Amino acid sequence: MAPAMDTILDMRDVIMGKDEAEAAVATKARKVDRDQRTTVGVPFVEEPRMICREVNVFYGDKHAINNVSIDVGKNEVLAMIGPSGCGKSTFLRCLNRMNDTVASCRVTGEILLDALNIYDKKVDVVPLRAQVGMVFQKPNPFPKSIFDNVAYGPKIHGLVNNKTELNDVVEDSLKKAGLWNEVSDRLDQPGTGLSGGQQQRLCIARAIAVRPEVILMDEPCSALDPIATATVEDLITELKEHYTIVIVTHNMQQAARVSQRTAYFHLGDLVEVGPTDRIFTNPRHQLTEDYITGRFG
Amino acid sequence: MSENHQISTMDRVSVGLAARYRKERRFRLFGISAIVASLLFLALLLASITAKGYTAFRQTEVLLDVYLDPAVLDVHNLATANYAALVRDAALALFSQVESRQDKRIIGKLISTGAAYRLQDLVTSKPELIGSTRPIWVPADDEVDMFVKGHIPRDVPEAERRVSDKQASWIDQLVAADRLKLKFNTAFFQAGDSREPELAGIRGAAAGSMFTLAITLLLSFPVGVAAAVYLEEFAPKNRWTDLIEVNINNLAAIPSIVFGLLGLAVFLNFMNLPRSASLVGGLVLTLMTLPTIIIASRASLKSVPPSIREAALGVGASKMQTISHHILPLAMPGMMTGAIIGMARALGETAPLLMIGMVAFIVDVPNSFSDPATVLPVQIFLWADSPERAFVERTSAAIMILLLLLLAMNAAAVFLRNKFERRW
Ligand SMILES: Nc1ncnc2c1ncn2[C@@H]1O[C@H](COP(=O)(O)OP(=O)(O)O)[C@@H](O)[C@H]1O
Ligand SMILES: [Mg+2]
Repeated sequence: MAPAMDTILDMRDVIMGKDEAEAAVATKARKVDRDQRTTVGVPFVEEPRMICREVNVFYGDKHAINNVSIDVGKNEVLAMIGPSGCGKSTFLRCLNRMNDTVASCRVTGEILLDALNIYDKKVDVVPLRAQVGMVFQKPNPFPKSIFDNVAYGPKIHGLVNNKTELNDVVEDSLKKAGLWNEVSDRLDQPGTGLSGGQQQRLCIARAIAVRPEVILMDEPCSALDPIATATVEDLITELKEHYTIVIVTHNMQQAARVSQRTAYFHLGDLVEVGPTDRIFTNPRHQLTEDYITGRFG
Repeated sequence: MSENHQISTMDRVSVGLAARYRKERRFRLFGISAIVASLLFLALLLASITAKGYTAFRQTEVLLDVYLDPAVLDVHNLATANYAALVRDAALALFSQVESRQDKRIIGKLISTGAAYRLQDLVTSKPELIGSTRPIWVPADDEVDMFVKGHIPRDVPEAERRVSDKQASWIDQLVAADRLKLKFNTAFFQAGDSREPELAGIRGAAAGSMFTLAITLLLSFPVGVAAAVYLEEFAPKNRWTDLIEVNINNLAAIPSIVFGLLGLAVFLNFMNLPRSASLVGGLVLTLMTLPTIIIASRASLKSVPPSIREAALGVGASKMQTISHHILPLAMPGMMTGAIIGMARALGETAPLLMIGMVAFIVDVPNSFSDPATVLPVQIFLWADSPERAFVERTSAAIMILLLLLLAMNAAAVFLRNKFERRW
């Protein structure tokens, strides 16, 4: 390869002059770099809960996720970071097939949840989403009472047999979400009347009320003030005991605080994965380093 | 330098500022004058209708002492007895001094032909009264009514008015004897149409409107909402659904008379449904209202924030559950508003109903969806077309009733919207 390249270079020197030739090669090199870029670090874990292999996502012709392979371990918090538009949300939404709602979206590759390929034609998204819950960027409680918000999932999935069990599930979920003490005396009031941070915790309670195995969080704190953010972060650390959590965040301190592993995405590629402390102290890929040192974002 | 520059910036801004505020004031002035103008026109319309129409709610009645003559009233044959003769005799008894046959005939005509019906009703319900003399208030003829209400002025030459001096003096006699009064016009609210203005009422048209609207609402709301939900939530987005969408928008703009012609061709000529029936009227108005309801429903489905949809799907609700538990309740106020506005339009619709024969002269109040009927706006059209002076005030009164109904429906729309509107 190298000698051939040299020949081309020489010829170009002749044809278009040295500077232009160098620029052309630099462009080409970047392109090669992109095509052949492989993930730095170890994307696989010993005890995976979800296994993603060679996942590609297209919005129409736009290639939004490029050949991403990664595992999500049991009871770990995996943080996904990267500049805006790099495909973090897109990838996250593949994990519970929320992308199905986007007509132009096409997913190839394999995503396994406990050995079940969730993109298999026979898989029903309804039970899948009961197993892989989701918390969104903007708190989105239903315009119903606090109780009904949390009770909705268990009710539609038939997880409870009677009112007492339902009450227990609601109380338990609100307690796990750290919201019980604040709302126990006004469960019948609308969830939309809570503060932003409380709403987001309500949404977390709603997600865990169906006892999912994995919880996906897409920038759950980006609409919250610092105090509410701290509460939600504490909550994530506690939830880790029972759940596997994948969290997208723009906030690198947050990723450092709550996650065990961090994945860095860049323009649809998974550039680097590794233990969080290693990624932040000793990034191996130039792009990762540039990003976490704040050179671009 | 920098200070100079700043000062000149401020100066320039303040020069521009004055112009900006002037523009704003001018715009406000335009807005206010537009609103004032439209309010004035509205007030003018309402005032003129009310001024012309309010007298129709009272009707001149005459107190007659009717001798229920057993010779005329055969207990076994009450339906065919000559009640009119009894009424005329009672009327003549009030004017004992009148001798000539012609005057007697004119006196008979002071009383409405409806008096005989009122007498018949009384005797049929209480046959034991036969043989006695009963004081009964009966409606006066429409010309007497107009004269009493001042619509036929006294101060014009006798030849130019429809009530002669002689009749006027008789009316004055009756008033002096306390036998002629303006009473609440029950016939207007209880009767169907009639050739005699004093007997004509809006009950028939109101019932027809009610039946027609009931059919329209029952058909167009569920069908419209279902179509909107399917198009908005389930249908694939392709050329066919685009075509359907364009066509629905076009249908909403089609002149209503075209729907009337369609109804005539399909419902009457092809399906042989009864002519003039409110059933067919309802079907035609359904065709006309459907596009409106579909468009309003789609808009209100679209306005449900996607975050709610995602929230429901995210906890594992199926598509149908997401729609029925979350989307529909949130979209319902908008859909109902659309439906009520569509209904209000249907309530005021005339042209398509003319096409399917709901313009016929119908005296009986309809009792079912298949009875021949007319509707309020068509009734207004018919009365406005009648030559009798007394129909003028009845036309205005019917318009008042129609406007009241429309107002009530719009109030209901606002009420429903406020009641069910939720914040998110
Ligand atoms: N519904 C969509 N249709 C088309 N393109 C989309 C859609 N959603 C996201 N994209 C594109 O995919 C890329 C990744 O977007 P996203 O996953 O939202 O990025 P991130 O969450 O990392 O900011 C972006 O370039 C975005 O423009
Ligand atoms: Mg995103």
